[in-house]
Amino acid sequence: MWLKDSSIGRKLIMSISGAALILFLLFHGTMNVVAIISPKGYNMICEFLGANWYALVGTIGLAVLVVVHILYAFYLTLLNYRARGFERYAVTKKQASVEWSSKNMLVLGIIVLLGIGLHLYNFWYKMQWTELRHMMGADVDISKATDGIGYISELFANPVYSLVYLIWLGALWFHLTHGFWSALHTLGWNNDIWMKRLRVISYILATLIVLMFAAVVIYYYGCSLVC
Amino acid sequence: MDKTINIKVKVWRQAGPKVKGHFETFELNNISTDSSFLEMLDVLNEKLISERREPIAFDHDCREGICGMCSLYINGHPHGPDDEITTCQLHMRKFKDGETITVEPWRSAAFPVIKDLMVDRRAFDKIIQAGGFISVNTGGVPDANAIPIPKKNADLAMDAAACIGCGACVAACKNGSAMLFVSAKVSQLALLPQGQVEAARRAKAMVAKMDELGFGNCTNTGACAAECPKGIKLSNIARLNREFLCAKLKD
Repeated sequence: MWLKDSSIGRKLIMSISGAALILFLLFHGTMNVVAIISPKGYNMICEFLGANWYALVGTIGLAVLVVVHILYAFYLTLLNYRARGFERYAVTKKQASVEWSSKNMLVLGIIVLLGIGLHLYNFWYKMQWTELRHMMGADVDISKATDGIGYISELFANPVYSLVYLIWLGALWFHLTHGFWSALHTLGWNNDIWMKRLRVISYILATLIVLMFAAVVIYYYGCSLVC
Repeated sequence: MDKTINIKVKVWRQAGPKVKGHFETFELNNISTDSSFLEMLDVLNEKLISERREPIAFDHDCREGICGMCSLYINGHPHGPDDEITTCQLHMRKFKDGETITVEPWRSAAFPVIKDLMVDRRAFDKIIQAGGFISVNTGGVPDANAIPIPKKNADLAMDAAACIGCGACVAACKNGSAMLFVSAKVSQLALLPQGQVEAARRAKAMVAKMDELGFGNCTNTGACAAECPKGIKLSNIARLNREFLCAKLKD
């Protein structure tokens, strides 16, 4: 299968799964902004995306994308490490035009992954998972399972959690600044003129996504101080 | 009077492909800043020979930046610290008096060291043999001059054809990927009507050979294009991706 056996096929999988995850982030980020505009509306979204069949299908699809993206990342890194040879350079210098993030995508990805783990524990485990367990007959309290705002304001009142989330978002920003244009480049959607444009669009998109998430963290941390 | 500098050269020495290598440092005095980097190595080798020591093996041929033979990873850059030149075009005026200059061979699993600073770059020849050509089946072929080609494509093809196949892209890439080389060799033909007939077959064959020979997977860092002595652009890689994916989707 050329998707697995050729280098461009492997990169295609990384690029398509990555691009789909960027779309998810836009979707997730847009919903998060609702938490600032209308807390009530946000809880309605939480109900809407609880343990319903479409939300579960989406969650499973998302999990597959994440797993594929991560497995291929480790696989590609291993292949690339081997291709470089076991004798490494004694002196290496960074080229001015090379983004720092592009050389550290795996490390940034691992930070993002750890953040996702924490995030799933903080929210998903208490919300969709609790509802699921209830549906399967477990004796759990689901009265707070769709109270997204409750969990947000509780978590981000803690400055340590707020800081950890902001660091996580910082890593995501670096990951996206390279990831977006690189995904399009791998799809062959690039030329001399669009190269510069795509890089700028990457920065704008990464900043927009991260700001949407960070705004909620900062807003609710601020709220906990003021209110 | 020429300006001269005293330098230390830290060179990778390796007796053969299977032997463990190490660095050796040599002191050189009164090196003219007008001399080229390879001339400096010639001076060093003459000194070594006069001391009855083994001279340093390094690749070189035309010494005018065309043949693609000279390699050398100098102070962390393929072809040294200057831009868009090969090692043979590098001047000693780019270095400071008293500086220690580290010289290493290209390091890539697909380019094994033959001796000292020489590496085996036959992998590139094998990629070209896999498809980097236009089959000449003589018959009613129109004269090349009679085929109209848009100026833009002619320019892009010519720019891609500037690749001399030195391997600096592979040496610079943290993934040991040969994508810039392969993309230049695919682009120079895919952009021209004569090359388009075999474009799909060529892209598939050359990429398959590149993967088979143990080159890495491109992650679009752009270090290759930044270090290329001929200024081959990163957009060629997007073109190769396009050619390859379209060819695979057509199958």
